[in-house]
Formats: sequence, structure tokens, C-alpha cells
Amino acid sequence: MSGTSTYVPGSGIGRWFDERLPIVRLVHDNFGSHPTPRNLNYWWTFGGILTFCLVAQIVTGIVLAMHYTGHADLAFDSVEHIMRDVNYGWLIRYAHAVGASMFFFAVYIHIFRGLYYGSYKAPREVLWILGVIIYILMMATAFMGYVLPWGQMSFWGATVITNLFSAIPLVGPAVTEWLWGGFAIDNPTLNRFFSLHYLLPFMIFGVVILHIWALHVPGSNNPVGLNVKDKQDTLPFAPYYVVKDSFALVVFLIFFAWFVFYNPNILGHADNYIPANPLSTPAHIVPEWYLLPFYAILRAIPDKLGGVLVMFASLGILVVLPWLDTSRIKSATFRPLYRQFFWIFVANCLLLGYLGSQPPEGGFLIIARICTAYYFLHFLIILPVLGLVETPKPLPESITKAVLAKSDGAKASAIEDRET
Amino acid sequence: MADNSTSTPTRRDFLFVATGTLSVVAVGGAVWPLIDQMNPDASVAALASIEVDVSAIEEGQAITVKWRGKPVFIRRRTADEIRAARAVEIDDLPDRLAKNPALPENSLATDENRTVSGKESWLVLIGVCTHLGCVPKGQSIGDSRGDFGGWFCPCHGSHYDTAGRIRKGPAPHNLELPPFEFLDDATVKIG
Repeated sequence: MSGTSTYVPGSGIGRWFDERLPIVRLVHDNFGSHPTPRNLNYWWTFGGILTFCLVAQIVTGIVLAMHYTGHADLAFDSVEHIMRDVNYGWLIRYAHAVGASMFFFAVYIHIFRGLYYGSYKAPREVLWILGVIIYILMMATAFMGYVLPWGQMSFWGATVITNLFSAIPLVGPAVTEWLWGGFAIDNPTLNRFFSLHYLLPFMIFGVVILHIWALHVPGSNNPVGLNVKDKQDTLPFAPYYVVKDSFALVVFLIFFAWFVFYNPNILGHADNYIPANPLSTPAHIVPEWYLLPFYAILRAIPDKLGGVLVMFASLGILVVLPWLDTSRIKSATFRPLYRQFFWIFVANCLLLGYLGSQPPEGGFLIIARICTAYYFLHFLIILPVLGLVETPKPLPESITKAVLAKSDGAKASAIEDRET
Repeated sequence: MADNSTSTPTRRDFLFVATGTLSVVAVGGAVWPLIDQMNPDASVAALASIEVDVSAIEEGQAITVKWRGKPVFIRRRTADEIRAARAVEIDDLPDRLAKNPALPENSLATDENRTVSGKESWLVLIGVCTHLGCVPKGQSIGDSRGDFGGWFCPCHGSHYDTAGRIRKGPAPHNLELPPFEFLDDATVKIG
């Protein structure tokens, strides 16, 4: 969507159509000839993998909706009916449930890649914020989807999450009852969650289109973080990155398939195979693994409204990240200090995830508070200060120079090896 | 172009503002039914009441009944539990309000204000943790009843005492009382 179009219709019919609806040109320019930095590594293949995940979730989800019943008395049994009676129902449901986890796995790699290589910095702030919106929509979608089987974890997870809104001063209880459609989670809640769970993926799809649009205006960031200077720095998206993304997708699908076929329930919680019981809370409520860090933050704060605010702030802070990082160097490769703090941040997020799965008592609670404080410290203190005190390593002159220096270095060391 | 510099509103300005205002009202009127349909419907909002036979409950026992989709705890307290609840100073409570719909809103959370006079051994509470809505443990024998002998919410670690008042943990309020009355010694009407 930037630069001039290189599309040339191959036939008279193609030309006739192009003058009326240039959709083939749109696809050609964005996914064919689109100039892409020549040095992208495999961390950049997760955009394609995520697109696959979204489409796979929509396809399996539409099929599941043909057999599922969104009623409190029937939902649990209809899911068992899918598992036992529907042809290939077990496969489609497991692909959908595991697919949600794979979607989050891929999105976390995608987000951390952006953090490592500074992909959120100018001129890609809007691209980054659209990504944060997609991530939040994904969490809302996944949460509502998890409620649909109407098991114990579905019911009590929904209770805890919807009760977050009751922390809002004055209107909290009214808002919560509005969300529920009653005085507790019940059939009206399940019904509307089914409706919204079907809607939200299409909204995600819409924001993904904006995300790709915002990506194709400045073009992709890359491992050295330099802007593209001339044509030498780029390769056309097809065939080079189509093939690279496809290869990565196949490897990812092996990983995906292992879960679907060999361990489909390992990422879920056994309690969700117990039908929902509004009178009995399971001893230990945990959300799905991909929400655990936020759950740990929620529980770390010993105040209801405070916990809710801090949890939402931990997401909201990502929106303003482009303006918190004061360094003009994008890639952590050339930021010796930031690179270390990046890995500490990753470790802190993983630790928060572990703490979210543990009971909020004693030592776990203390560590969770330290980790929560560090999470915000990273964004509010470390990133702004680092940009001012850090001495970056010398940057290569251009993407091409960086690529050639790397391959020259490899050649030189190969020659050295042969000589010794 | 010359019109733009006039400071007196023109007939066209008036029409723009009037049209804009009415459009906002019209859109708001059209959207409201779409929002309000999500509120509790007539069948849910009908304040159903239930009558519960409590004659079989011995001292120290408790039962859980379902009212408006929520669990209601009915507990017959022992003399020790009542004494423990009465010994607490109001100033030591994180939430000092009784949360009893039968009393004025600013009533203090004394044990007397959390029970019905003449039936002080009975506690009737909505069994929903005021933190994030889990059902606290403490109804069954063998359940953990927390540090204060009442209820303990396993989700996020809130401790309630033997009058259902929050004592420790993230929950902001005491367990609420439903509207209820004793029809006779053996029957409680909730709702």
C-alpha cells in the first residue's frame, strides 16, 4: 500500500476487471511484490502463523457451533455429544481448544519479538497499538469461549472475571448484573457469551486487516532495526517470505498436532469436565495458562478495586510503551543493557505466570508482589532511563551491509577453519 | 466565503445544530433497547421467594439453599461462635456496615444487626464472596473455616468470621444478608 503498484494484468479480462475492482492488484502489491527487508529471521514468521491460527479458529468454531447448544441445561452435554457422537467431533473440538493455546503461544512470541527488536518505535506506534487491541480482543474471545462448555472452571472463571466489573465505584453492581442478565451467572449469561464469542473473531479479523495495512505503510522492522534505504535492502514478499513463512508454519503445525493428537487436555483443567454447579466453588480456581500472569497481578494487590485497576494497567501500559522507551535505537542487538533487561523482563513474566497458578498465600504472594512491582518498574523507570544512559554499539550502515558483513564473516571463519 | 466571518448565527447554523441534536437523541433512543435487553429480564427479575424447612439443623450445622441463582447459607451457630462474634470491636472490622436489608443502610455490623432478635443463633447470608463472587468454604464438616471460624474463600483467600463479616483478605465487604423472615420456628422465608 506504499510506493507504486507493480501489478500488470496478464490478460484482457484481467485488465477489464482491474479497471473496475483492483482487488487482484491489492493482493499482488501486498502479498506478492511487497518489498520486505532481506534480513528477516524466523521470529518474523509468527505474523503468518497467527493469521493461520485465526482462520483455523474461525473454521473449527463455525463447525462446532453447528453441534453446540448454548443453554445452561444442555451446553455441557452438547459438548460431550460433539466429543462422542459427531463425526470427527473430537478432532474439531480438540483442534479448537488446543488452537486457542497455540494462538496465544504464537502471539506471545510475536509480542516479545516486537519488544526485543523495538518494533513498537516510530514510525510503527499505530501498528503496535493495533496489535495490543488484537491481543485484548483475543483475551476476551478466549475467556468467553472457555465459558461455553459450562463446566466448573467455565462457570467459576466467568464468575471471577465478571465480578471484576463490580469493583467499579457506584455503578459496579449494576454493570455486573447487566453483563449477567440476572443476579448471578446463569443461562442468559451463557447465551450472550455464545453470541459474542461468535462475533469477536470477526472483529479481530477486521483489526488484523488494519494491522497489516499499518505494517505495509512503513514496511517491516528487521533484526538490525534500520530503515530500508534502497531496493537492495529488500526482497519481494513472494516467493521469498511466502516460502519462509510456509516452512515455519509447517514446523509450528507439528508442534500443534502433537498437542491435538497426543495430549489434547494437558493445557486445560480437569475440573472443566465436571458440569457447572452454582453452589460449589472448586477448591482452586485458575484461568487458562495464557492469562496466568495477569491473574497473579490481580491477586498481588490486597484491595479489590486496586487489584482490578493494576491488572488493567498492566495491559494499558503497552499502549503507551512507544513513548516510554526513550532510546532511538530499535534493535536490542545494539543495546547491550536493554538486551539484559529484556531477558529479565521475560523471566519476570514467566515467573508471574507460575505464581498465577499457585495459591495466593505466604511466599507466593510476596514474590508475586515483587514481580508485579518489577513489571511496572521495567516500563516506567528502566526503559526511560536506559535510553538516556546506555551507549549503543555501532550500527551497520545499511541492511545490506549488515547481511554481507555477516556472510563475509562466516566465509572468513570457514576459510580459517580450513587453513588450521 | 464572506459568510464565514459573520459573528451572528445564521439560519443554516441553527439548522445544523438542531439536526445534530435531534440525531443524537434519535440514535440514543434507538440504541437504548439494544443495551437494556441485556439487563435481567422479567422472568429473572421477578423476586421469587422460597421457604426453607430448618427444623433438622442442629447447633453447629449449616445448609446451603439456592435463591435467585445464588447460594444462601443458613447456619445455626454454637454458643461459642456467638460469643466470638460478639466479642469483636466494631473498630476492628474492615467493613463496619451491617449489610442487612431489614435495617437502615448505615447500621453498624454488630452481631445483633446481622441476626434477627430472638433468633440470634441463626445466620442467614448470601454465600457469595464480596471479592470476586466465589462461594466461600465452611458449610460442610471438614471445610476450612478460615482464621476466624466462619468461612474461608479459597479463590483469593478472604476470611469471614462467625457473623459472616470480612476480617482478612481482599474482599471489601461483609457477606450480605438476603431479605428473610422466620415464619415459625421451623421455617425461613427468603426473598
